[in-house]
Amino acid sequence: MSILVNKDTKVIVQGFTGSEGTFHAEQCIAYGTKIVGGVTPNKGGQEHLGKPVFNTVREAVQATGATVSMVFVPPAFVADAVMEAADAGIELAVIITEGAPVRDMQMAKAYAVKKNMKTIGPNCPGIITADECKIGIMPGMIFKKGNIGLISKSGTLTYEGTNQVVKEGFGISTAVGIGGDPIIGLSYKQLLQMFQEDPETHAIVMIGEIGGDLEIQAAAYIKEHITKPVVAFIAGQSAPAGKRMGHAGAIISGSAGTAKEKMDALQAAGARVVASPAEIGKAVREVLSRA
Amino acid sequence: MNIHEYQAKQIFQKYGVPTPRGIIANTPEEAVANAQELGGSVWVVKAQIHAGGRGLGGGVKLARSLDEVKTLATEILGMTLVTHQTGPEGKLVQKVYIEEGAAIADELYLSVVLDRAAEMPIIMASTEGGMDIETVAHDTPEKIIKIAVDPAIGFQGYHGRELVFGLGITDPAEQKKMISFASKLFKLYMENDAEMIEINPLIKTASGDFLALDGKMGFDDSALGRHPEIEAMRDITEEDPDEREAGQYGLSYVALDGEIGCMVNGAGLAMGTMDTINYMGGTPANFLDVGGKANAETVAKGFEIILKNPKVKAIFVNIFGGIVRCDRIANGILEATKLVDVHVPVIVRLDGTNAPEAAEILKNANIANVIAATDLADGAAKAVAAAKGE
Ligand SMILES: Nc1ncnc2c1ncn2[C@@H]1O[C@H](COP(=O)(O)OP(=O)(O)OP(=O)(O)O)[C@@H](O)[C@H]1O
Ligand SMILES: [Mg+2]
Repeated sequence: MSILVNKDTKVIVQGFTGSEGTFHAEQCIAYGTKIVGGVTPNKGGQEHLGKPVFNTVREAVQATGATVSMVFVPPAFVADAVMEAADAGIELAVIITEGAPVRDMQMAKAYAVKKNMKTIGPNCPGIITADECKIGIMPGMIFKKGNIGLISKSGTLTYEGTNQVVKEGFGISTAVGIGGDPIIGLSYKQLLQMFQEDPETHAIVMIGEIGGDLEIQAAAYIKEHITKPVVAFIAGQSAPAGKRMGHAGAIISGSAGTAKEKMDALQAAGARVVASPAEIGKAVREVLSRA
Repeated sequence: MNIHEYQAKQIFQKYGVPTPRGIIANTPEEAVANAQELGGSVWVVKAQIHAGGRGLGGGVKLARSLDEVKTLATEILGMTLVTHQTGPEGKLVQKVYIEEGAAIADELYLSVVLDRAAEMPIIMASTEGGMDIETVAHDTPEKIIKIAVDPAIGFQGYHGRELVFGLGITDPAEQKKMISFASKLFKLYMENDAEMIEINPLIKTASGDFLALDGKMGFDDSALGRHPEIEAMRDITEEDPDEREAGQYGLSYVALDGEIGCMVNGAGLAMGTMDTINYMGGTPANFLDVGGKANAETVAKGFEIILKNPKVKAIFVNIFGGIVRCDRIANGILEATKLVDVHVPVIVRLDGTNAPEAAEILKNANIANVIAATDLADGAAKAVAAAKGE
């Protein structure tokens, strides 16, 4: 068990033949991910990395039975690609591309929700179920298999957190980089719930950042629904208060989104909050020995 | 990207959102000529900087004669304006906006911003305009009206009705004007990929007209590619020169007050590194994210920018190589030390792909002030010690 993806998950790549798509699809295949094909308009019928290329996602889904898409198209085309995937019956789109306009993502996300398609990202490292399926750009070899679920906004902190967990002698069930853009797909709340229900996951590492209030919502959810131990780190305690223009941003969230505020909320919700990512491994050991 | 008030008002005018008339000036002489051209007997001289709180900081002043326009423009142009949003160093005023004085009967607040939780834009309004709106929101949240508008349906009549009834506007003619004002503002928010628009105050004049007296606008950087006319409004003098230089090399840099320069890949790990330095009793001198493409050139540039800051006593290079291979970064660091005179200890932690090879490279190079670290905690501890001269 794991969450969302495993060794049997059939994956297509949108933006398959581009340089990024090619490089990372190759790495995913080498990791063991069942990449069953890809989509690049006007290259349908060709073969790439030994897999079939299709003109449209619909054709790819019909021919391969893929349920997940890894999206590598350039920023200006991300919304189009995501909506195409949703329309073709894809169940999960993992959006790696960085720099998609917020307005586009707002529209694409709304459509994905309407079509019951889950999304991860954009601007994220992707998702990995250790030793089974890597959909994204993370260095596969650091993810030793184990019982810790990991959720992080930041890509590099996903790696640092994983590294800490592994060095302490534990491993990862599934790790998800959710991205830090204003509009994202799956967030802490939904993923916490999935990890709570996953028998293979014994503890959860949650890594957040300053800004926004997703971590505050997550804290409320942890308090109500999560019985597994949670270790949390919030990056940006020492970040300076940003220079601003206008006040609307602060009013809308009703919170300043500071690291302190988030750490306090998570602490109050029963999570083990660490002040440095260097403490994540030790904290995992601690909460598991207590549990 | 942010723009100036006068530029925001140009966009407002293009969409028919009413504003007072005004003309931008670079010199006191231009200010007087502008006032003359506008006519009337009362003008407002407004400092143009990318920050709010100008009024309280002395950057917005009323003039009742052309002489006064000249005096005030002379005073404001070239001043370093410090407000609660500029930081203590303030901002240099290079332009003043000369605007006709408006007769204010009532001051309101209106803004459009993305509501991340609702995942759609939201219009916020209040009758408590002109005041410190964050205090209003904090102390009396019921005085802020929030109306989420789903772009899939656009600004509908009911959004307008919620707005005017929420603001207590009862006169049908005034209701119509306010609804038209808000719907145009929403349209321009969407069409220009704005990140936020804030009008504080939005005034009602004695004759019952609504005018945007202030205008702050920020845009989604990811969408600027499709708005060349907005990209053209960029004022690079508003940006920190070091941050801008770093940006040209794909680096993201923010100067801080401490002693330990940081060079990290990824914004999250960069913040986590700063936090760890703090946690271990040191102080970070900067945030520097070298991104996914750390190579000799970017690392050298990073050293150069970090070392411009005379307070820096040690540098901590913390790289978690994912797709980027650590051996390449190690070579990059070695090359960079040849390109730049690095006169402080450099603590290097390289982890991830090919980390053992990288350690070997650094060891063999045997450069006096390059110190290898095994992990984040070890690196931070060594950097803190080095900065203390230990
Ligand atoms: N054209 C005008 N006619 C009359 N009064 C004006 C005019 N423009 C500005 N003012 C007055 O100056 C005050 C400050 O101006 P403005 O709101 O533009 O700048 P600000 O101080 O930067 O705003 P904020 O503090 O909201 O960021 C206004 O609240 C208003 O009372
Ligand atoms: Mg104002």
